Amino acid sequence: MFSIPKKDAITFLLFALVVLTMPIWLSPFGASYPGLLQKFAIYALLAVGYNILFGLTGYLSFGHAAFLGVGSYAAVWSFKLLSMNPILALACAMIFSGIFALAIGYVSLRRSGIYFSILTLAFAQMSYKLAYSVLSPITHGENGLQLTLQDPRTIDLMFMERGVSLPTSSLFGIPMNGYEGFYFCAVILLIGFFIAQKIASSPFGMMLKGIKSNEDRMNYTGFNTKPYMLTAFVISGMYAGIAGGLLAVTDPLAGAERMQWTASGELVLMTILGGVGTLVGPVIGAWIIKYFENIFSAWNESILHNFFAFLPDNIEGFVVLISSKFVGEGWHLTLGSMFVLVVVFLPGGIMEGVRRISSWFLRRKDPTKDQEVVDPENMPKPSSEKGE
Amino acid sequence: MVESSHNTVLHVADVHKTFGGLHALADVDLAFEEGTTHAIIGPNGAGKSTLLNVIVGKLPPTRGTVVLDGEVLTGKSPYEINQMGIARVFQTPEIFPELSVFDNVMAPAFAKRDGAFSMNLFKSIESEKDIAREAEEIIVDFGLDAMIHTHAGALSRGHKRRLELAMCLIQKPRILLLDEPTAGMSRHDTNTTIELLKKIKSSGMTKVIIEHDMHVVFSLADEVSVLAQGRIIAEGTPDEVRGDPKVQEAYLGGTYE
Ligand SMILES: Nc1ncnc2c1ncn2[C@@H]1O[C@H](COP(=O)(O)OP(=O)(O)OP(=O)(O)O)[C@@H](O)[C@H]1O
Ligand SMILES: [Mg+2]
Repeated sequence: MFSIPKKDAITFLLFALVVLTMPIWLSPFGASYPGLLQKFAIYALLAVGYNILFGLTGYLSFGHAAFLGVGSYAAVWSFKLLSMNPILALACAMIFSGIFALAIGYVSLRRSGIYFSILTLAFAQMSYKLAYSVLSPITHGENGLQLTLQDPRTIDLMFMERGVSLPTSSLFGIPMNGYEGFYFCAVILLIGFFIAQKIASSPFGMMLKGIKSNEDRMNYTGFNTKPYMLTAFVISGMYAGIAGGLLAVTDPLAGAERMQWTASGELVLMTILGGVGTLVGPVIGAWIIKYFENIFSAWNESILHNFFAFLPDNIEGFVVLISSKFVGEGWHLTLGSMFVLVVVFLPGGIMEGVRRISSWFLRRKDPTKDQEVVDPENMPKPSSEKGE
Repeated sequence: MVESSHNTVLHVADVHKTFGGLHALADVDLAFEEGTTHAIIGPNGAGKSTLLNVIVGKLPPTRGTVVLDGEVLTGKSPYEINQMGIARVFQTPEIFPELSVFDNVMAPAFAKRDGAFSMNLFKSIESEKDIAREAEEIIVDFGLDAMIHTHAGALSRGHKRRLELAMCLIQKPRILLLDEPTAGMSRHDTNTTIELLKKIKSSGMTKVIIEHDMHVVFSLADEVSVLAQGRIIAEGTPDEVRGDPKVQEAYLGGTYE
């Protein structure tokens, strides 16, 4: 069960190395503080799970933020009612988001294409609105769901006295904020990545790719595609739920804004930006978007002045004026332009760019290696056949 | 004449199919005998593909039923019908363009072995040695080994058809439905395909073949039914059908000889 093909094993080891050393290599980018590192790991997990649905089957869900929200609420309730243990909270998040995904998926998967997307969007928006109204006893509406000093926390309080301040989530005494929290998220991300790799290289994953490629053919080949789709939907919903749970673990509160459609849209952007259907692409997409959202958006003119200080004064002023429109509040402009450029010139996302560059290097090294296999039937017919 | 020693494996019983006012199939009653190759010929728009669509569950008949070995197929889903042993090659090849030739052939083998749904999430495809060997063998048999790792979408039309045939045959179906398997092929490719089909003829599989090319029909078929405007207008051995003046008028006159 734990054996994976050699190529996947190498990918996994490299990925693990990159993730675990994030606090080091992100510091020159000003992005190595725990809060952001946690987000990098959490949203990467979300993207990896989303890719199991969108990347492998081609079904575009526009409602995955709902599962993120359900996961957060479930985790906070687990803190409030049971224990501050993060594992327990994630188990709750996984179970509840799984049930939720089963129900939404069961209905939405009666349609495909754009109708499927619209159905998932409708369910997610409904959950978002209900969280503010009818469901506010559970979600605490606009205030968000928070810990209080009066929470029952039955399991915890069997073993310890109620403290005077609000507790934080901790795993056997290790607090889940700060760098420890990041490493906890990173380990969950690596487990999630490993499972996604296993799925992609299993017969089940092959069937999902078959559905994306030609769903009719799958039916005439003897596959009942519905349960395949539903399983993929529930699995990716659970990934989102666990990601939502991690958001609560690192910062124990949950609000409905996590379920808004913009959050689902962001997830679609991450996946497309990085490369749909690749394992690593969506992760890169997630990191880029979170970096922009958190770091780039905080850049202001004085940072730009420092950055361009090597230029002569009058040019510097001009360059800063132009580039200031792209940072700070204008970060959406940069992200938007980047997205357009990627979609137009690299439809396979950033991963396609990486592939193109690496194949270019390989070709330069070994010119014989990259020769296309020529299919004789695709060639223009030689004239000798005319004689028939 | 239909030999009485054979027994009917697939029975299309009084099937009627209308599209709006158009009678695509009218009172079609056909019995396909076990182990034979049964050709269905007829002019464009005669209803040949519609007949196959009704058999595989793509279209519900307006009236009538399709029966496989005493079990009614009408109303079942395409995947159930395939699981009961019917595989189909389409008029325009239906393959998985984004998957490799190898995966295209592996997938149907999984459907045959594991059924319509199986949750083998954590088993690696690489550990499926038996299915891989089977797929490789059939790919070699079909002369597709040079492109085994190519995306199927990049194949030539002739190779796509051959691939689709391989995808059907790896399932060892009881009944193989072929919708113009040689259309648009060069004479050379057509002959290769005829040889392939002749080879599997000995394996006892029942084949239903729709074909425009009379050369193919006469080299393969044991039985011929002629469809014109949704009706069966003649049935018999290739020689009998060839001599039938009604058929000459409806169809053969222009195309053959
Ligand atoms: N899904 C459909 N909806 C409406 N009309 C259809 C449909 N499928 C087929 N038809 C019509 O039914 C008639 C029979 O079509 P069919 O495709 O079965 O003919 P065919 O014998 O296979 O012809 P060809 O040799 O051109 O493949 C045609 O007039 C066609 O336009
Ligand atoms: Mg046809």
